[in-house]
Amino acid sequence: MTPPPPEYYGWGRALRARGPIHRPQNLRALDMLAPAFGMRRSYGDAALNSQGPALDMSGLDRFLDFDPATGTLTLEAGARIGEVAASFAPRGWIPAVMPGTGFATLGGCIAQDVHGKNHHHAGSFGTHVSEITLRQAGGEVIVTPGTALFQATVGGLGQTGVITRAKLRLAPCAGDLMVVTERRARNWAEHLAFLDGSQASYTVGWIDATATGSSLGRGIIEEAEFGRGLSRDRKHITRVPMDAPHFALSAPVVRAFNAAYYRRVPAAGRTVLKSMTDFFFPLDRIHDWNRLYGRRGFHQFQCVVPLAAAEALRAMLTRIANSGLASPLAVLKRMGTGRAGYLSFPMEGYTLAVDFPNRAAARDLIRALEIDTAAAGGRLYFAKDALAEGARIRAMYPELALWQQEVAKADPTRAFETDLVRRLNLRSA
Amino acid sequence: MQYWIVLGATSGMARPFLRRLAIDGAALILAGRDMEELDALAKDCHLRGAPKVEVIPFDIRDDAAFPALVQKLAAVEGVLNLACFVGAMPEQSAIDADPALIDAVVTDNFTGPAKFLTLLAPVLEARGEGTIIGVGSVAGDRGRVGNYVYGAAKAGFATYLSGLRNRLGRKGVHVMTVKPGPVDTRMTAGKKLPFMASPETVAEDIMGGIARGANVVYTAKIWYFLMAVIRAIPEPIFKKLSI
Repeated sequence: MTPPPPEYYGWGRALRARGPIHRPQNLRALDMLAPAFGMRRSYGDAALNSQGPALDMSGLDRFLDFDPATGTLTLEAGARIGEVAASFAPRGWIPAVMPGTGFATLGGCIAQDVHGKNHHHAGSFGTHVSEITLRQAGGEVIVTPGTALFQATVGGLGQTGVITRAKLRLAPCAGDLMVVTERRARNWAEHLAFLDGSQASYTVGWIDATATGSSLGRGIIEEAEFGRGLSRDRKHITRVPMDAPHFALSAPVVRAFNAAYYRRVPAAGRTVLKSMTDFFFPLDRIHDWNRLYGRRGFHQFQCVVPLAAAEALRAMLTRIANSGLASPLAVLKRMGTGRAGYLSFPMEGYTLAVDFPNRAAARDLIRALEIDTAAAGGRLYFAKDALAEGARIRAMYPELALWQQEVAKADPTRAFETDLVRRLNLRSA
Repeated sequence: MQYWIVLGATSGMARPFLRRLAIDGAALILAGRDMEELDALAKDCHLRGAPKVEVIPFDIRDDAAFPALVQKLAAVEGVLNLACFVGAMPEQSAIDADPALIDAVVTDNFTGPAKFLTLLAPVLEARGEGTIIGVGSVAGDRGRVGNYVYGAAKAGFATYLSGLRNRLGRKGVHVMTVKPGPVDTRMTAGKKLPFMASPETVAEDIMGGIARGANVVYTAKIWYFLMAVIRAIPEPIFKKLSI
């Protein structure tokens, strides 16, 4: 008697799949080809395959080699970025780009070409990768920057093969402590002015997506640099034990929370010390926080629009604020130009990310925002998307045809297609 | 410097625990059968912060090799600690079909580790410090229809550890019994089991137990309460249950 294959889902828990999952503990045990995922921190269906088996790479998570002369670290694909940071920051090295969760794996960071709070300086994750090893139908392939296959693999949603290992160039850092300056931005204009004027290595804006009228766009700008000292991690881990009821993130609760969160920082601003983990991965201490959105799950909308389209982004924020549907998690950032793959998300401009509970009104709002994004010449992020219309999102990626060409060569039998790739019809011209 | 010898180091449950030790800067001796896997693990632990990592071929069924290893450990400079993750859980149905398997189950889960610890005990006794972690199972708390031979072996090991704790505790050596419920590893792959813990949770609970000098640690923690209930069920009722 074989039990039915397990159900699994992306981080947003709104899209789900059912299928056999293979979890190799070492490379010897990796004996099949299928779409690969890591910790499934992509929100939608980028890590799902409901039409066959999938490979869970989270057990292939070993550190393989480190060259202190160049700072190059070789890792298996399932290695968590947060563990790399925790191990190497005390020794003066840090992943040059870190996404908002330390649970993201190396393979996932490559396949989504993720960005961090330093994108305006450091570019995307893939610009710091010096070699990728892929498992394809024909065997192992080593991929290096400057090739079309590299550009198709970085940000390539796993379609060129199973990423088994890669070399990452770490960046030097002063220590494992962050000196963080927090300032209130009272409205949209001030928020953008702070982001535009920031000289810090790491800059990010938390935005109160429920504030309307003259407070529209208010938030807190965080600017940070690495430092050295003795403050330690808060070790305490909280876990969300069950799916929360729907009112947990209802409009009045979120509005009250956001107002308190905004006033937490004094009007004159302040500078505080934070552990590296607390600054980069603030939500990682609350395990399974996605369950706060209840059984139905949630969606994150993230777009980037060109610098010149700031006014269009303000209109989108107005739409969000007036809807009363936003959650406390909303982020505004200025991005630079750095990107490494044909399907990389970043472009120079402003990126806005907002979480919404998975309800009909929110899905309608996200569809409207998608149309706004397209009209503004912007782009949606595959790591977050669960709802987009295929033709519209494909048009946001001008190098899609180049990617399709490489992917057709790398995976002619379509062994690596995921639910996302099928939903958005990414591989057909 | 803290030295940890870890028996059964390639087990899925041991991996996050080894990494915790590595980040804390402990020196490691990794013992197991799969040398290729041990070498990769050693490199990984070293890169994560362990100043020294050594690998040793070790088979819990080969007790002739135990004295040499114990002698080697006796020479270690620093605080010597041991964690034993050795164990094996064949299906009860396989055991029913071939009772000879019982010897192997008892060796892997109980007598093998007990023989090694009995040889090591005088070394730690003389040192007057150190920690011994023995991994048992909640299955050892009550004989269940699904895996009572495995459970019996783990129960034997738990009783052994209790006595060893009694003996070594008075000499300053901390002996801790870890009783995991189902843990998400190769051993349980493909099975749907209640209150499954991740190996990371197990590592976290072990580290917490070491820090506070715990005698017996259940992991996930909810198993402490679940097993209290299951142990309290009277036998006339229990024998009719399939839990």
